[in-house]
Amino acid sequence: MTDATTVLTGDGQPAGPGPRDSYLNHGKGVLSWLFTLDHKRIGIMYLAVILASFFLGGVFAMFIRTELLTPGQTIMTADTYNKMFTLHGAVMIFLFIIPGIPATLGNFVLPLMLGAKDVALPRLNLASFWLWLIGASVAVASIIIGAVDTGWTFYTPYSTTTGTAVVAMTLGAFILGFSSIFTGLNFIVTIHKMRPEGMTWFRMPLFLWGIYSTAIIQVLATPVLGITLLLLIAERTLGVGIFDPALGGDPVLYQHFFWFYSHPAVYIMILPAMAIMSEVISVFSGKHIFGYRFIAWSSIAIALLSFLVWGHHMFTSGQSSLTNMIFSALTFSVAIPSAVKVFNWLATMYKGSIRLAAPMLYALSFLFLFAIGGLTGLFLGSLSTDIHLHDTYFVVAHFHYVMFGGTVIAFLAGIHYWWPKIFGRMYSERWAQVSALLIFVGFNLTFFTQFVMGSHGMPRRYYNYLERFTAYHQASTVGSFILMIGFLIMAGYLLHSLVRGERAPANPWGGATLEWETASPPPYFNFEHEMQAGDPYDLDALSWDPSIKGYVRRDPSSVLAAPRGAD
Amino acid sequence: MTENAHLETDGLAVDHHFENADQQYQSAKLGMWVFLATEILFFGGLFVAYSVYRLNHPEVFIFGHHFLDKSLGALNTVILICSSLTAAWAVRAAQLKQIRMLKGMLLLTMLFAFGFLGVKAVEYNSKWKHGLLWAREYHPHVDHEEASEILITKEDFETGAEEGVVEDVTALQKVGDGVLAETETVLIEEAPAAAPAAEANRSTIAPAAEGPPGLATQGTEESSEKVIEVEPANAQTFFSIYFLMTGLHGIHVLGGIGAFMWLYLSARRGYFSTGHFTRVDMVALYWHVVDLIWIYLFLLLYLIE
Amino acid sequence: MSAHEQSFVHIASVRLLLIVWVALIFGTWLTVSASNVDLGFLNIWIGLAIATGKAVLVALYYMHLRWDKPFNAFVFLSAFFFLFLFIGFAMMDTAQYQIDLIPGYSPGMGG
Repeated sequence: MTDATTVLTGDGQPAGPGPRDSYLNHGKGVLSWLFTLDHKRIGIMYLAVILASFFLGGVFAMFIRTELLTPGQTIMTADTYNKMFTLHGAVMIFLFIIPGIPATLGNFVLPLMLGAKDVALPRLNLASFWLWLIGASVAVASIIIGAVDTGWTFYTPYSTTTGTAVVAMTLGAFILGFSSIFTGLNFIVTIHKMRPEGMTWFRMPLFLWGIYSTAIIQVLATPVLGITLLLLIAERTLGVGIFDPALGGDPVLYQHFFWFYSHPAVYIMILPAMAIMSEVISVFSGKHIFGYRFIAWSSIAIALLSFLVWGHHMFTSGQSSLTNMIFSALTFSVAIPSAVKVFNWLATMYKGSIRLAAPMLYALSFLFLFAIGGLTGLFLGSLSTDIHLHDTYFVVAHFHYVMFGGTVIAFLAGIHYWWPKIFGRMYSERWAQVSALLIFVGFNLTFFTQFVMGSHGMPRRYYNYLERFTAYHQASTVGSFILMIGFLIMAGYLLHSLVRGERAPANPWGGATLEWETASPPPYFNFEHEMQAGDPYDLDALSWDPSIKGYVRRDPSSVLAAPRGAD
Repeated sequence: MTENAHLETDGLAVDHHFENADQQYQSAKLGMWVFLATEILFFGGLFVAYSVYRLNHPEVFIFGHHFLDKSLGALNTVILICSSLTAAWAVRAAQLKQIRMLKGMLLLTMLFAFGFLGVKAVEYNSKWKHGLLWAREYHPHVDHEEASEILITKEDFETGAEEGVVEDVTALQKVGDGVLAETETVLIEEAPAAAPAAEANRSTIAPAAEGPPGLATQGTEESSEKVIEVEPANAQTFFSIYFLMTGLHGIHVLGGIGAFMWLYLSARRGYFSTGHFTRVDMVALYWHVVDLIWIYLFLLLYLIE
Repeated sequence: MSAHEQSFVHIASVRLLLIVWVALIFGTWLTVSASNVDLGFLNIWIGLAIATGKAVLVALYYMHLRWDKPFNAFVFLSAFFFLFLFIGFAMMDTAQYQIDLIPGYSPGMGG
């Protein structure tokens, strides 16, 4: 019978639960957080502000859905409604989902998975966070001084002529873009230069392949958003006339500029989500991931192919027929690597020992919802059907299924998976299940109805609508309230766990990746020893130890690098 | 011809999360190259705008580039090439711990950078004086005291308000498709003595000579023949693109000056005497990309024919 | 990352720096001269070729890519690849839809 206090992780840290010194209390006071170089603290700060942004975006969503309960005016004027959907989109995309998983879970977990003490460029990491704060402040300020009513896509010529606070919002997004670029840059350098002994590229956890592929897109695509927004600001302030027909410019060119970034951007959103899925599905099926190389290469393929398809957002914009056909054909290619991943995850689950813990509930939701989202993308990518569906609620439903049903659900899976590691606490599994169920039901009620009404012709961004759509809208709004309740419950039990949750062992789930070899929560310095990587999905290397209610490595020395000779 | 040196690790502070100095150096280098890739794509957007407009409206570019002084552009190119030399030399000096040489090279680089901005200021000022600005602010106007090229409205041309400058009103008929739209302006230049009269569809602009910037002077030869080149629709687009591209580039030059100043101050504090040279290397890499971008800007904006 | 390796950093010689400088100045003179000769559509391509030659010299020698890890060059070049993709599609599409523009429909449009 082992004594809980003597059970150790591979790194020699305490494997059992217990109050302890960690990065959380290493250094006190607000300034020690704001000026930290510790990737874990930076990740937590990002988590706080990003979840706050999700809440803010959600508030705008509730305003939208409430207004749409009835045709015509319900609670606001049409002008205000235009601002609501613009702000919902802009906040959710620029403040929440783009930084999303990489800035929070990526920052926290990446160095730990590498057995490293930090990311390669910690000061740049802090700079990224401060840029996020500055950009978000400017964006929020724009909301206060009058908000924006152009839609989050800021299409010209309306965006260059409307009286709303376009410059402020786009300036905020511009600054946020640099935050994203620097985060991606940091992750690329870290993964290239700081892998431990034994961790060749194909022995990396798949979470890192996903984060790496995301970083490629962040670094190559975001600068184009930067120049696009800069040109828009110059257009409004100076009148440079690149996109304004009255001054000799070309508004379709604006759309080319905008979507060259914004299409790859949606893969910035989904790749980290898929990355989380590879970890969670393997661990909670108790099985080695199936098709490791296929999943790894498919992440790179998605990153590269994502740059070839942006025109599918422009089929009805005035883009030439030749270009339309080329982009439609290319769009089908990008579906393939995503499908490859889904098949490999299913194969991982097959004949596995499935544990329906909260992370896995979200993973299963992901598989179902992302499949629907992805498949409906094919209708939109197909030129002929898109002519009918473009700018209808079908599009809105599609992207919510992939961004919310995909990314957000996977984000929740990741939060629940790594929560014990990050905070050293377990949350209430019972309440987590309730919340997951409400979110799943609420989500489908909100958005499936939108597929139907979209294909029946209900346009998106419309304040007023025909009577025959009323029932769909009302069902959708009811769904949104169920969603909201689900999230409020989640906030409740997660916050509660921070003060009253059961203390977590180092490895509550039995994962084989290196972050589980540190205590929960990890010490400031992450690891005592030089770590060595084995197979990140060799789950049989772990065994359950009831005295600590967690898993331990059967052979702790297998993750320690051989001691070095004198240099 | 080339030397190799060991990267000294003795006494070289390495950040706690790195195993050794080489890992730290290579990480910084890779990080900088990734950043430079982002700069290419950032500027690249403006090259997209350039390409699209030049492809579809070449006449706008052929017209507009006359107002750029090729010699000043070439001068700026030479200035930046020299600054790249001094920046690369500064890296060498830092690597060899030649602190005085390093400080000298850093100062020279900044001097060249200021020189570049000075030339640009002269060019911008001339554009401002002639109203040759971006789209909304494009209001070109005449300045008789200056060059022999002038820009006048059709009305003034027809009413002879510019008597003494333009002699042959009938040349108007031979321009373009023979008709000037109501609001079109014409660019009237001195024709070279040997040029045939009023072959106005073909551009017969004399090469830009040394001298005052902006509207290029012809020189001292007078000719009774006037060649009229019609300002195309949307001529202002050229200037929008010109100011966007050179403006953004100029902002990056300013940023570079700031970075070199930081290096210079570090050198004065004795930072480089231990052999840390990475930051000089990184700033120099950035500066070379600024030079590279200008090489293409010079070609694409000033050397259109 | 093993700490056993000795690392070498290449230091450029003064001679090398000056030779490249001379080549760059020459390239500038060449490009200006070429622009004074009317070669029709070739002008732009010759100009781009010379400019690219200069860029390669700067990148290889001043920016040390000649002695660096090849991956750094790969990163830099990949940016150009995606940029050309963007330029290519934008040029193709805008050229294709010029014919759809209604002359005089918008006051400022070329038509």
